[in-house]
Amino acid sequence: MRKILATIIAVTSLGYSSAFAGTLVINTDLTDPAPKAAFEWAFNKFQEENPDVTIEVNNFDHEGYKQAIRNFLTTNPPDVFNWYAGNRMLPFVRAGLVEDVSDIWSDTGWVDGNLTEGMSHAKKPMTIGGKQWGIPYTYYQWGVYYRKDLFEANGISVPTTWDEFVAACATLKAAGITPITIGSKYLWTTAGVFDYLNLRTNGYEFHMALTKGEVPYTDPKVHAVFDKWDELVKPGYFLENHASLAWQEAIPPMVNGEAAMYVMGNFSVALFKEGGLTNDNLGFFQFPEITPGIPMAEEAPTDTMHIASGAKNKTDAKRFLIFLSRADVQEEMNKTLGQLPVNSGSKVDPDPFLEAGLNMLNNAYAMAQFYDRDAPAEMASEGMKGFQEYMVNPDRRDKILERLEKVRQRVYK
Amino acid sequence: MPSSTQIPYRKSSWWKLNQQRLTPWIFLFPGLVLFLVYVIWPIFNSLYISLLQWDGLSPAIYVGFSNYIELLDDEYFYISLINNIKWLIFFMLAVPIGLGLAIFLNQTIFGIRLIKSLFFFPFVISQVVIGIIFAWFYNPRGVIGPFLEAIGLGNYAILADEDFATYGIIFAGIYPQIAYCMILYLTGLNNLNTDQIEAGRMDGAKGFSLFKNIILPQLRPATFLAIVVTVIGSLRSFDMVAIMTQGGPWGSTNVLAYYMFETALSEYGYRMGYGSAIAAVLFTIMMFYILFFIYRMYQSEKKGL
Repeated sequence: MRKILATIIAVTSLGYSSAFAGTLVINTDLTDPAPKAAFEWAFNKFQEENPDVTIEVNNFDHEGYKQAIRNFLTTNPPDVFNWYAGNRMLPFVRAGLVEDVSDIWSDTGWVDGNLTEGMSHAKKPMTIGGKQWGIPYTYYQWGVYYRKDLFEANGISVPTTWDEFVAACATLKAAGITPITIGSKYLWTTAGVFDYLNLRTNGYEFHMALTKGEVPYTDPKVHAVFDKWDELVKPGYFLENHASLAWQEAIPPMVNGEAAMYVMGNFSVALFKEGGLTNDNLGFFQFPEITPGIPMAEEAPTDTMHIASGAKNKTDAKRFLIFLSRADVQEEMNKTLGQLPVNSGSKVDPDPFLEAGLNMLNNAYAMAQFYDRDAPAEMASEGMKGFQEYMVNPDRRDKILERLEKVRQRVYK
Repeated sequence: MPSSTQIPYRKSSWWKLNQQRLTPWIFLFPGLVLFLVYVIWPIFNSLYISLLQWDGLSPAIYVGFSNYIELLDDEYFYISLINNIKWLIFFMLAVPIGLGLAIFLNQTIFGIRLIKSLFFFPFVISQVVIGIIFAWFYNPRGVIGPFLEAIGLGNYAILADEDFATYGIIFAGIYPQIAYCMILYLTGLNNLNTDQIEAGRMDGAKGFSLFKNIILPQLRPATFLAIVVTVIGSLRSFDMVAIMTQGGPWGSTNVLAYYMFETALSEYGYRMGYGSAIAAVLFTIMMFYILFFIYRMYQSEKKGL
């Protein structure tokens, strides 16, 4: 609380000081140790290269930031702030609070190199109405994390097709191991499973059409996704009582060897390793193919930096964004973050999970931002409630999809 | 006495004439201003916002009563309303249980002060802490689940069960409420008129009839207060829900206060208009209750109690 108060005081007092040229005000929520260290490095490096600029950072608490951003963007905008790609930035863009930075992205723009080349694969999620509204600096892959030793002990090899995946679940279940662990208390984990089933059954274009509200939830293609989901839910391949567990609380079963797989983001690796797993018994594989021939798109939620439309120092703000998009900067920052640089010119640390992720994403057909970032907030929250209810009561599928359809018609009208 | 002729003249100034009537208003003024700014104005502003479609950032659109019409067709609204009623009914158990504990603890033996404070402890610690502790208890890997498994009943997580999760939360919410009612009754028991009890004893009252006819009537003010705070506590049962389930599983433990927060202010919300419409409904329910309460108070004061 004291920290928040301090930041509020800092923010209000900055309203005056930032009027001076050369001061760059940055609002962030990067209070976790790794992001904090990564950004401290970036701020120092930027100041080294641009001695005429003074950086002022207002650090917010991560949860509080989601509320605070609405206030500071309207009343006391900083020059630069961090946020997320896709639909998450839409309300702010629509309200005219975010600065258009298409010139940074365009070939003839500010950058010495060619930004569009190095980050073309990440351009789509940054684009609203044909314009770009920020710079992505990090992302991470989603996929299946699994216990190598449990797979070996049961004679299972890494599944690459849906049939192999279901067969692997059946074998594990028969051996008394929960095939897939999940903690759905905070809902979003269910969306990871839904997104992958959808991306693999119907492809990226359908995922985008669905999250943009162009397809009814009662569509046969949505039912096809749930048919596949049925094959996992009905035989009980997911962890019991998952609705009362947070995502972290679903990790111990896997660490203890009671469960074998987790459809998750790469940030989970740190927790797995804290629990005692190592590179020898923890592995990662791409979510297997379902409909043959559909290009493999992946989930890769992207963190981004933006300029506020009310920024007082837009020149230095753009310099900072350009700095942040550079391959060497992203490489160094992501080493500290333990995530993947977006710029394809950056390298990653020799870590099996990062290498696997980088390899997978660089070859990905397209990148989804995650259900709750691609769909509008309202639709996402109802959708994920529905997914959770379905995972516990698969026979309510029709009722749930009808309800989601009702929500879709209201949200996108 | 030249001065005395001047005084009546001064007394007839407007201020002097109205001093008696004005003074209370002058003293009330700061409080009234705060009350208007922080209570009355927000009420009417919320009612106004409930007629808008507004995300807090973009320009608001006037939509008339469509938020309320949507509310009538909203499954989660009815779930929340029913859960509020469950809260109202089961939360009332705190009153008799608190009374029972108060009577049990109303003794003079060695160390009773310590025991009393231990019983009062749940009310002192934060609701947030209680919520977190109970969530741990209920966790399938916590205390109750493994215990049930050990005695062969199978692992059960009440907070993941749509039919019973609300009762799990109410149980956690009642825990500090019992302590609150208990302390109200303990102070009530301290002020009992011993003469009446003596007289009752002489007339042959004992046991339950002594309790029912002599003690309980004397505890009426405490009972009244206990019921009032319990009803209010149950209607604003927000914190426990927010901490223990966030309305889940799939919205089955929502109560109006939390549903309002979820739609208007949570990460996925920002439908200010719709949230305000829910707030208006909750406000109406509370208003009925408060009016009834004020009426009762007025009636009993008229009787000179």
